[in-house]
Amino acid sequence: MTDQKRDVIDQNLQDLNNDGIDRRGFLKCMAWAGTGLVWTMSGGVPVSRAFAKSMGSGAGKGGDFSFVQISDSHMGFNKPANPDVVATLQAAVNKVNGLPNQPDFLLHTGDISHLSRPEQFDTVDQVLKSASAKDVFFVPGEHDVLDDNGKSYLERYGKNAQGAGWYSFEHKGVHFIGLVNVLNLKAGGLGSLGGEQLEWMEKDVKNLKHSTPIVVFAHIPLWTVYPEWGWGTEDSAQALSYLKKFGSVTVLNGHIHQTMQKVEGNVTFHTAMSTAFPQPQPGKADSPGPLKVPAEQLRSLLGITDVNYVRRQHSLAIVDSTLA
Amino acid sequence: MTNKHLWFSGLVVAVVMGLLLGSPLLRAGNNDQPVTVPAAVKIDNFSFGPQSLTVPVGATVTWTNRDDIPHTAVSTEGVFKSKVMDTDEKFSYTFTKAGTYSYYCTIHPKMTGKVVVQ
Repeated sequence: MTDQKRDVIDQNLQDLNNDGIDRRGFLKCMAWAGTGLVWTMSGGVPVSRAFAKSMGSGAGKGGDFSFVQISDSHMGFNKPANPDVVATLQAAVNKVNGLPNQPDFLLHTGDISHLSRPEQFDTVDQVLKSASAKDVFFVPGEHDVLDDNGKSYLERYGKNAQGAGWYSFEHKGVHFIGLVNVLNLKAGGLGSLGGEQLEWMEKDVKNLKHSTPIVVFAHIPLWTVYPEWGWGTEDSAQALSYLKKFGSVTVLNGHIHQTMQKVEGNVTFHTAMSTAFPQPQPGKADSPGPLKVPAEQLRSLLGITDVNYVRRQHSLAIVDSTLA
Repeated sequence: MTNKHLWFSGLVVAVVMGLLLGSPLLRAGNNDQPVTVPAAVKIDNFSFGPQSLTVPVGATVTWTNRDDIPHTAVSTEGVFKSKVMDTDEKFSYTFTKAGTYSYYCTIHPKMTGKVVVQ
């Protein structure tokens, strides 16, 4: 490691210790697309590495793999913030198909539809058919469980799920957990996992080796991003307590339509952009509604999240890229 | 005053009288029926306006969503529950019993409001 790299890492470590990782700096790094810089989390410490070097050689060998997270497609939304969410979802799929390392599967972290209507879910399924990755794993957003408490969502996407749609699966040694935190929300409250789901989760991870990398995905952030706008989950602390023993935990969320990241010990929290419309930064507007921007800027605020798992390093590299 | 002027003045007086007679000012004195104003809640910018609405027993409250995002209005005690309202869609409920009815948007639970029926 060169002295220069060591300085950069030390600086980031310092920021971590001050409980204020330079978010802007971190995000700047994460948002760099095409510059070839990838930040990976290795045992909780950010390590930068040239993209081609780290991914090219390892991809596909010895259990290395990647997957892509897309989120908040809001199929059916048609207001000025984005009059054509089909086109931008297709652009996101095209982006996925153009990645140098093809993902093994996609994760959709919810708000698949805008109004839980069957034709909206149908359209998303249709667009996703053109993705190179044929397997897509979903969790619902609050827009997917309207009027029927998630019954139609479950019929469509919950075949291998428990309860309101939670489930887990193993992929090349990494344990994935899909959680539902958008049902039975209480007045004035935040997202909610509920007792039944928490009990299931505790049992689900109980017998896993501590060295198993864990990826948790749910719609509403599992850390408190901005409670005034409901950007958080009431009982996520309990869920996270079950994961304390694991060396590598990655939490992927959506809902806020912008990228945000936080590292806390062995847990990396990350939120994805929407493929439909951006939302304002916390507190920068009266409300968290769709953010209207000049048409030519829209696609630079929408995007996908590419996650690469490098088995040797036991780490996951999270790279956001915009549609334009 | 010429005949023309007299005629014109008479016309003006007649019109003014007509307006006055048609106005609530005079009507109120003639009968005891209260003027009912439709009770409305406007949903906009992730909030219910007014957040607290007071209505008489028997009043029908209509929620109209003027936001560019869908919302719902659901009573915390299970008294009423709207379907999802997209932009410009409405939901109405008639309050037949006095009381304070707290409600919220189930999609964005930080949005709360209440209807006071008395």
